[in-house]
Formats: sequence, structure tokens, C-alpha cells
Amino acid sequence: MSDDRDPTTSSQETETRKDVSDDHLPGERRSGELAVLDDPFADPGLPPHEHRRQDIDERAAKRSERTVALLFTVSMLATIGFIVAYVAIPIDRIVYIWPIGHISGLNFALGTTLGTALFCIGAGAIHWARTLMSDEERSEERHAVAATPEVKAHVLEEFRKGAEESGIGRRKLVRNTMLGAVALVPLSGVVLLRDLGPLPEDKLRKTAWREGSVIVNENTGEPLRPEDIVVGSLTQAMPDDLDHHDHDFHAQIAKAAVMLVRLEPEDIKDPRSAEWGHEGILCFSKICTHIGCPATLYEQQTHHALCPCHQSTFDLSDGARVLFGPAGHPLPQLRITVNDDGYLAALGDFEEPPGPSFWERG
Amino acid sequence: MSTATEPRKSTARGKAPAGEKVADWADGRLGIYSLAKANMRKIFPDHWSFLLGEICLFSFIIVMLTGVYLTLFFVPSMGHVEYTGSFEPMQGVMMSEAYASTLDISFDVRGGLLVRQIHHWAALLFVVGIFMHMMRVFFTGAFRKPREINWLFGFLLLVLALFTGLTGYSLPDDLLSGVGIRFMEGAILAVPVVGTYIQMFLFGGEFPGYDIIPRFFVVHVLLLPGIMLGLVVAHLILIVYHKHTHYAGPGRTNDNVVGMPLLPVYMAKAGGFFFLVFGVITLIAATVTINPVWVLGPYRPDQISTNAQPDWYLGFSEGLVRMMPGWEWVIPGGYTLNFGLLVPLIVFPGLLTAIALYPFFESWVTKDPREHHIAERPRNNPTRTGFGMAWLTAFGVCMLAGGNDLWAIHFHLSINAITWFCRIGFFVLPVVAFFVTRRICLGLQRRDAEKVLHGRESGIIKRLPHGEFVEVHEPLSQEQLYTLTAHEQQKPLELGPDTDKNGVRRPVNPLERVRARFSKAYFGEQAQITKPTREEYKEITEGHGDHH
Ligand code: HEM
Ligand code: FES
Repeated sequence: MSDDRDPTTSSQETETRKDVSDDHLPGERRSGELAVLDDPFADPGLPPHEHRRQDIDERAAKRSERTVALLFTVSMLATIGFIVAYVAIPIDRIVYIWPIGHISGLNFALGTTLGTALFCIGAGAIHWARTLMSDEERSEERHAVAATPEVKAHVLEEFRKGAEESGIGRRKLVRNTMLGAVALVPLSGVVLLRDLGPLPEDKLRKTAWREGSVIVNENTGEPLRPEDIVVGSLTQAMPDDLDHHDHDFHAQIAKAAVMLVRLEPEDIKDPRSAEWGHEGILCFSKICTHIGCPATLYEQQTHHALCPCHQSTFDLSDGARVLFGPAGHPLPQLRITVNDDGYLAALGDFEEPPGPSFWERG
Repeated sequence: MSTATEPRKSTARGKAPAGEKVADWADGRLGIYSLAKANMRKIFPDHWSFLLGEICLFSFIIVMLTGVYLTLFFVPSMGHVEYTGSFEPMQGVMMSEAYASTLDISFDVRGGLLVRQIHHWAALLFVVGIFMHMMRVFFTGAFRKPREINWLFGFLLLVLALFTGLTGYSLPDDLLSGVGIRFMEGAILAVPVVGTYIQMFLFGGEFPGYDIIPRFFVVHVLLLPGIMLGLVVAHLILIVYHKHTHYAGPGRTNDNVVGMPLLPVYMAKAGGFFFLVFGVITLIAATVTINPVWVLGPYRPDQISTNAQPDWYLGFSEGLVRMMPGWEWVIPGGYTLNFGLLVPLIVFPGLLTAIALYPFFESWVTKDPREHHIAERPRNNPTRTGFGMAWLTAFGVCMLAGGNDLWAIHFHLSINAITWFCRIGFFVLPVVAFFVTRRICLGLQRRDAEKVLHGRESGIIKRLPHGEFVEVHEPLSQEQLYTLTAHEQQKPLELGPDTDKNGVRRPVNPLERVRARFSKAYFGEQAQITKPTREEYKEITEGHGDHH
């Protein structure tokens, strides 16, 4: 929407433009002419206004008028199209539009009609402004923002009077108690926020795992036997007493979700980790210790678990040590065993809190 | 001065008196005539870069309109329901009411998908617009006195826009948005001492709980937009009050503003531009899918998809987090300091604050008490422009780091290498950008000076009598000469001699010494090319003799 006329070149060009009839030649410069003679860098003032075709040729103006009217008419038609599309096109119709592909027909029709209706109003208004409204630039004076010294003196004087009349400077007791009262009263608001939530206590340390919790496959809900966990695969699991329909299922699974892998016993570098597993089956929290995404991209050759959020990489063969990325500590490991029915079960809760670290974590 | 073709028949239709009566009525109560007297024909300068602010304003309005529509159907609840809507792949899946209602808006409300997509696209454009607008204001020095407060209003709008975006993105409770909330939870937990308390209070218990979406909903649809609306109005009032800046040019000075009157031209152009922006966003929403929440399913804290990415404007914080090494210390007493998140948590607002406070830094350096209404060309303040580019570079490096997995996959690079590149680049590249930018600015200044003294290269080659070929230089017009020499060049601050005229040591405030250093960095010889003087010009042009 920039101005077509580049002010810096106009005066030279207009002199050579002969398609403009004489009585429409640019008028005089509007300021600054006098100074030019002795100062080469003086402000020559606003360049003279130049007429557009539409200003001098009524036929051109009529053409612009028709263009604007056409745009507004197209907009009206598009709005009618919008209403027709809304009524006529079923919401579940999928259409093929090249080159976009298969998309919702209703969305496409409503969007293109509404978009056209809006766009044409805009295009019409701008075309109108650019071709038919006056394009003569005007200049407006600026005035300093700051007040004059007289105004300032007057205001200060009035303020002094007002303050004096209130006695706030003299009656210190009134002033100080007022400040105290006003300072204290927001406390009520702060106190009211107390019930936003419970205190943390040890909530972040405790999970749903207890001694004897049976480990169930997270997808099927079936308890897992050692032979279900094969070398090279990663099984996502949870404690058996978590139910998808429980009110606090999400809060619990956010801490208790685990993954099971099986390594060849000789591949396990950390003896404590091996001991906490069962015949090479290791059970780690799958909640990334960075900020808590599930770190479940498993690379079977290297035994690395990768978190897709910020690429923290944990070496599951070495106590889930952090190999790369912003996570600050290993994934906690769950001690597991096989219970009397032959199912994998937990030997207790995690030793350290799973998930992202926090101040009291230690 | 009206032109000959202007129609003059409107009064004949007898419409005006009715409108006039209404206006009289309103004037008796609101004083609208006085208001209109001051503002109806107010002058607004025209330049493409001034449209950026309008883009912000219009996308803000679009976001509000579509947002209100969405609230009519969206259910801000984390209560679980079994999905029974018409999107078959999800039927029977347990999900939050928030997610289910988002699916309903997309698949069962006619036009709902369109409005959702307009809302999201307009929100993206809004933040892009604010960002570009802020850069325009920064690089032209439009933040200088008397506009510092409006700069701060604008900056607050940027920050609030980021938070509005974050809370809005979280509302549908799909797999991606849940990851965003988890990210925030992790960051809050990293706050020393009070982190766990803030987390519990914000979420109403343990993550994710049942409160966060209803609470975010209120913040997203009421609290933040309310504050923003107030700030936008204040921002606009101040623009009208200060009058817009304009670029120097013939007749355009620090004491006037040159452009078109509000009624009718600016109104028609700006009003029309609103519809253009709205129309274009709608067309995009019709054809390009954004945030297809139905693809990944409802949020489960134990599930994730690969390459989870936030909206672009938070890619910057994402990058900071990805660049950090996993430094975590347990300090005596058994408390954990998680620098991996703490450092980004400090650097993120730090970078934003740096740009927010820059105007105050510059005004401290210049101690310039005057009002500035001329938008400077970036080249004419190389040091400021350098700072701006350095800031943008730091921002860009963070964005790059935020997509490290994407770069790695698309360009077959190692993530480790990209991360290290970004870590080093974050410190080195802004410095490089600063000096390179300053160099370029000085080069451009030198070229301007050449042009003033020797004219513009005309492209015409002339053969001199002795056979040499030279290019004919056309002298510049008066307008061009003025435009290229109108900027003022400050002198660096002089501290004066260390001793006064009696030979007694003058104590110089150390802060003043620092200020003098900065002043030299801004206005010293190495920081600007002295523009041609009138004498130089006269000498050269008169020496040339023929200039036609
Ligand atoms: C909701 C977001 C915003 C809206 C709706 C908005 C709107 C506008 C509009 C319409 C203008 C006049 C046209 C222009 O100069 O482009 C303007 C000017 C201005 N804006 Fe913004 N803006 C927003 C954000 C910002 C931000 C983030 C900043 C900087 C931190 C900022 C600082 C300014 C300043 C200093 C001016 C005066 C410029 C001048 O007179 O040359 N604004 N704004
Ligand atoms: S959440 Fe796993 S790396 Fe960030």
C-alpha cells in the first residue's frame, strides 16, 4: 500500500511527462523553495501534488468505479455461496482437491467462499482509496508533549495546595496507618489462593508400585511372564491395580509407567542394575528425568532409550545412565521378581522419585 | 484542495440531516464533535513497514472474534468421557471432555473446523506480526522519546501473546498439547525452594490432575485477552497522541507528519486491509490444515509421538532447553538444583528483557532530551542495528536448536554436532553478527555519501577524447540530496580534561566514563561515516563544472 509516487524523483520526471494536459501540471512547491539557492542540502519542501489518471480522466475514474463495484459484488455472491455451501454440503464429505489432497469438502467450500467475500471487500476498499479518493499528501504540525513551564508551575502549585488541604504531610499518624492498611489488605487475596492445591508433601516420591504389584502389559492389561519379554524388544507396562477408569489414573500413570527390556546378562554393565532385574529383564521408569516425556524409543543393538522430546539418551545396559541430552540423572529402576504364579512383580516402590527433578528431590 | 472529479451531490439526497440529528444527540452527551475535530482528519504517514502494526491489530481482532465462537462449543473440562461423535477412528476411546469437544467442533459443528483453523492461523500471524513490528520499531529507532512507554506496552503485548498462545495450545488436551503442559510442569518443578508448591497450586494437585485445563481456559479466554485488549487500546491512543513517526524526506521533518487524512483515505485503506488480512487467513484456513488434533489422539502422560514441536514462537525456549547440558547438582542439605532447566528459565526472560530495556540503555548513552519523530534508516545507527542483529541471531540459534531433531533427520546430520554447533553459536554468532552488521551499515553510509558527492551511476558509459571509458554520474535532485543528508550525526560524549584549569584533578564519575565509552562506540569515528558537508559538495560540484 505504499505510495506510488517516489517523492525523491518526482520533479524531474513530471517535467518530461507530456501525456498530462497543461492545466493539470503540478502546482508550485509548497515550502522551502527559498532556501535552496545557497544550501545544496536544504529541505526542498513537499513535492507538488501529481494527479493520477483518474483525477483528470473521468473515463479512467469510471473504470475504477466499476472495478470497485465488481469486487463488492463478488463479495456478495461469495457470501451467498457460503450460505449455500453450509446448507448443501454434508459435513462428512471428503473431496479431492488438487494439489492439496483429500480434505473436508465443507471446510474447503466455507473457507474459500468466506475468504473471497472478505478479501473482495478489502480489495474493493483499497482500490477505491487508491484510485478515487484524494491522494494529496498533507502535513500536520507536531507539538511538544511536555507542558510549558507555566503549566507545570501551575499544576505543581495546585498539587501542593491539594496535598496541604488533605493534611497528609502534617498528620503523620493518619498517613502511616493508611499506608499500613492499604499494604496489608491484599494479604487476604493471597491467603484466598491457598486452596488452589494441596501441599507437595511426599506426593512426588510415591507411586502406585508396591511390594507384590503385578506388572501388566499396558496395552493388553495382561500380567507378564518372563518369557513374554524377549531380547531386543521393549514392553510398556504398569502396575495391575491401575485402572483406566480410575479418577486419578492419569496422575498415577504419569509416575508409575515403566518399560521392560531384556538384555543378555553379560551385556549388563552395572551389577546393581542386573541384581534388581530378573534374569536380564530390567524394569525402568519410562518417564524421562528431564521434563517427563515417555522415553520409549528403544534402540535394541545399543540398548539406548531415547526421549523424543529433547533427545536425552539413556543407556539401559548401564543403569539407564544419561549418555546425551539435557536430562540430569538416570531413569529410576524398579526392583522386580517373579511371584508364585510365575508373573513378573515389583519388589517395592522406586527408590528415588521418577520423572523430572525438583528442589526437594536430593 | 479538492480535485475536479470529486462528486458533490451527496447532500442532495437529504440523508445527512438524519445522521446529523443522531450526531447532535451524541454530541450533547459525549462531545463527539470536539473529538472528531481533533481526530477525524488526523494525518497518517504511509509506508509498508507501518502495516506490520496493523497486521497485529487485525489478527488480534480476528483471534478475538473466532475465539468467542469457539467458546460456545468448547468444554473446558478434564472429566473423562467415552467418545461417541462422528469421527470413527476415535469412537469408544476414553478422553477428556476438552478433547472430545474439540473433535466435535472439528467434525460435528458445521464450519467449526474452519473457525478453529482461522483462530490458530490468526494467532500464529499475530505473534509473527508483533515480532516483525517490534523489529521495525527497533531498527528505525521509533522507540525513542517520547515513545518509550508505548514500546513497553508493545513489549508487554508480545509477552502476553506468547502466554496466550501457550495456554491456547494446551486447551484441546490432545497428545501434543499435553506434552506442552508437561514441559511447563517440569520447568516449574525446577524452580528452587518453591517449585513443587507452585506446581501443586497451579495444577490443583499432581500432574496432570483435573484443574489445569479449566484454569488455562480462564486465563486464555478472559484474563490475558482482557489485559491485552486494554494494552492495545492504550497502545493505539498513544500512537494517536504522539502522531506516527515518518521517514525523513522533502517536507517531512521532525516537526510535522506528512501523509493521508484518517477520513477517508486511511480509514478506507486500513479498513480494507483488515478485510484483506481476514480474507487471506480464511483462505489459508480453508486449504492448509493446522494442528490436526484428531491424528494423535487424547493426551496420556505415558504416551508420546516423535518430533513433538511447539508453535514457532516457543521454538526459542525449546531450543534453549535442548542446548543445555544436563547439569544437575545436589547441594548440601539434600536439595537439587536443576541447571538444565533453570538456566533456560533465566535466559529466556533475560533475552526478552534485554530488548525491552534497550531504549532506556540508548537514552542513557545519548542523554538526548529531545523528541524524535523521524524514523531512522537502520544504516544510520550502525551500533543499534548491530545490537538488533546480534539479538536476532541469538534468537535464531535458539530456534535452530529447537528443531535439532528435524535438522538431523532432514539433513542427515548428527544431533550431537548440531547441539554443539548451537551451544557455541549461541555465544559466538551474535558477536559476529554485530560486527558484520556494523560493517555493512558503514558500507551503506559510505555509498550514500558517494552518491551525494558524485551523483548516481547512470549506467551510461562515455568515451573521453583520449579514449578512456567512464561512467556518467548523474547529480542527485534536491530531494535526494536532502533525503540522504537529513539524518543528524551525534558527536561522541567528551569527558573533558582530567584536570580543571587550575590543574586540580576533576573527579569523574566512573559511570560517566562507561557512558563515554559507549558513546564512542555509537558515535565515534569507527561507528559512523561523517556525512558530506555543504562545502565538500560545493567544491566537488563546482570543480566538475558541467553537470548536465
Ligand atoms: C497486540 C500487539 C500489537 C498491536 C495490535 C500493535 C499495533 C500497533 C499499530 C497499529 C501501530 C501503528 C502502525 C505501526 O507503526 O506499525 C503501532 C505502533 C507502535 N507499536 Fe505496536 N502493536 C503491537 C505490539 C507491539 C510491540 C510488541 C511493540 C514493541 C515492543 C510495539 C511498539 C510500538 C511502538 C513504539 C509504536 C509507535 C511506532 C511509531 O509511531 O513509529 N507494538 N502498534
Ligand atoms: S523430556 Fe526427555 S529429553 Fe526432555
